[in-house]
Amino acid sequence: MSNENILNSNGNDVSYLEYKGKHTGILGWLLSTDHKRIGLLYLISLSIFLVVGVIFGFLMRLELLTPGRTIMDPQTYNSIFTLHGVIMIFLFVIPGLPAVFGNFFLPILIGARDVAFPRLNLLSWYLYAIGGLLAIISILIPGGPADTGWTFYIPYSIRTNTNVIPALFAAFILGFSSILTGLNFITTVHRMRAPGMDWFKMPLSVWSLYATAWVQILATPIIGITLLLVGIERIFGVGLFDPALGGDPVLYQHLFWIYSHPAVYIMILPAMGVVSEIIPVFAHRTIFGYRFIAMSSIAIALFGSLVWAHHMFTAGMSDTGQLIFSLLTMIVAIPSAIKVFNWVATLYKGSIDLQPPMLYVLAFIFQFSIGGLTGIMQGVLSVDIQVHDTSFIVAHFHYVMFGGTGFGFFAALHYWFPKMFGRMYNIKLAKRVFWALFVGFNTLYFPMFIMGWLGMPRRYYDYLPEYQIYHVISTIGSWILVPALFLMFGNLIYALFKGVRVTEKNIWGGETLEWQVATPPVHENFIDIPVVTESPYQYKDNELVLQTQEAK
Amino acid sequence: MSVQHSAAAHIHRDDVASRMGMWLFLFTELLLFGGMFILYSVYRFTHPEDFHLAAKELNTVIGTFNTAILLTSSLTMALSIAAIQRKQKTLSILFQLLTIILALGFMVNKYFEWGAKFHHGIYPGSDTLLSRPSGEILFFGLYYVMTGLHGLHVIIGVVIISFMTVFTIRDVITHDNYVKLESAGLYWHLVDIIWIFLFPLFYLIT
Repeated sequence: MSNENILNSNGNDVSYLEYKGKHTGILGWLLSTDHKRIGLLYLISLSIFLVVGVIFGFLMRLELLTPGRTIMDPQTYNSIFTLHGVIMIFLFVIPGLPAVFGNFFLPILIGARDVAFPRLNLLSWYLYAIGGLLAIISILIPGGPADTGWTFYIPYSIRTNTNVIPALFAAFILGFSSILTGLNFITTVHRMRAPGMDWFKMPLSVWSLYATAWVQILATPIIGITLLLVGIERIFGVGLFDPALGGDPVLYQHLFWIYSHPAVYIMILPAMGVVSEIIPVFAHRTIFGYRFIAMSSIAIALFGSLVWAHHMFTAGMSDTGQLIFSLLTMIVAIPSAIKVFNWVATLYKGSIDLQPPMLYVLAFIFQFSIGGLTGIMQGVLSVDIQVHDTSFIVAHFHYVMFGGTGFGFFAALHYWFPKMFGRMYNIKLAKRVFWALFVGFNTLYFPMFIMGWLGMPRRYYDYLPEYQIYHVISTIGSWILVPALFLMFGNLIYALFKGVRVTEKNIWGGETLEWQVATPPVHENFIDIPVVTESPYQYKDNELVLQTQEAK
Repeated sequence: MSVQHSAAAHIHRDDVASRMGMWLFLFTELLLFGGMFILYSVYRFTHPEDFHLAAKELNTVIGTFNTAILLTSSLTMALSIAAIQRKQKTLSILFQLLTIILALGFMVNKYFEWGAKFHHGIYPGSDTLLSRPSGEILFFGLYYVMTGLHGLHVIIGVVIISFMTVFTIRDVITHDNYVKLESAGLYWHLVDIIWIFLFPLFYLIT
């Protein structure tokens, strides 16, 4: 027997990428309960769905280049915007940062060897995979892909003959996956912090993942039951939402948004955590207002759960209800603004090193601010009636979700890539790609604010000629954005195999625990569990770490 | 062998974490039903008369009987945990089996209750039901969906407790490692408590 060899290759210093457990080869990944490998499984599957979603979005933009038919018929267009929404929301942004970077780094950031329930963690990925597969099946089987929009609004979703049920069921299963991840993270944060790490010594991304996890477990069940009821409605005709049988479709909207509004905080909060993580490292300064940033995550999770009806100001609601939801919507802006001001205050008089992660973070702040402020505009009742269901909303949403979460995701990817894989990407190319992405993004989405304000409805296949100029600019933006995205992935994938090897533990000069472990981390992260004595981000003067230059 | 040894070394047991995870999961279950309780409250508020009339048609006797069965099963479940804590393995297994039998009894009653309703033509989409006022359609829609989902939870509970029984027989669950059984018990009590709300809402408030 070659037990001797196996034992050697499983010594304490073997990286998680080379570790040989009970299973080897592909099974060593598919059956691994190592949170880092599960994180990478998510990264691969999420990236695939991101690319699919991007292609659908690109096709939509192409169709809108000219009024009337450009490349597809209206029914295809309806299906494509539905698929773009369902894939991007349920398969990319919602799992997004927690599933990939949360899984990979949460245990390391709190000084633990794994999450609290490693097998449950693997189950979450399988549920995610099954949900994704179902979504794909709903596209391919006869009947045609769902054409309801990602919101599945009743009564259309119980009348259309397209494959709504597989799509609903996919979202239901993905919700389950999300709940189990949240449950796992909460328990991990409560039970597995390293000795000495009290609540206010946790890195800020842990705070934001913790707040996110609560939203995941408290809001997701509502969408679960709601989507299940739509399915039951379609199959058995129970009548709970169907107006023809006495049901109330507006009630469906309430239940849908009770989850789906908090869900946008599931999407954005982890990205805010990443921003709080990256800014002090590249500004070489201690984070400003640590406790405020930490508590604002909790505040966002709390208030964000109470504002759902601002999606329904035009759906029919009492004036009192409208006023309350309008007020609460404005209140959510406060904790978000606290974060932005603290980030900017951290930058003040910092020694800012514009490495790729930092560029993405700065773009996050810029774009998130635009997205956030236009969000407050929509919270104003009178303005909302003007812009409701126009491309203004689409622009707002993409500024927050793509300009915010998407760029946050890319920031995290560029920040942690060398730690995860022990290789460095081409920094010069990464910076150029960033600028292309930034320009492409703003060219694509900014015109939507203008045409939305002028009255261009969202989700429309056709439009009046006076909107064409904005559509043309926007579509040109997509021609910059999409190639830049592929170039970004190309740069990273190339680096995965051919990038310069990184062995330094702390390439960027970070002060959190992941920079104290080996690069890439060993199978159990820490050979000895660390004892935490200081708060994170305690930067001392002149501690500029310039290994990055050498690595390049 | 040494490989297995090194794998076993990293197995980490934390009963408090397991219990916490289970409680969090129960929150999600409560919220899942919470969505339907919202629907119930809204429709009861908008159609009080119809709900009043429809509720009279439910069989309170079977409902009461089932409540008693389910409460007793919660007792036997708790007793099985108490027994394993006192190292009385056989007794614990007996109580678990009793819990399963009571749960199945609940489902049998449910079968007859639903069967009778179907016999009278009251089921979603039936002509009899559709000819009635919309409040009654909603009442019976909620009745079937909520008790149906609850019934599904009872069946899942039976499966879980059956696994626990096997674990107890195989000494996976022992007097110093019974957190699995405890979690199963928590789940079972949740199933019970949801019924405690369903019973008055559908059978008693008329």
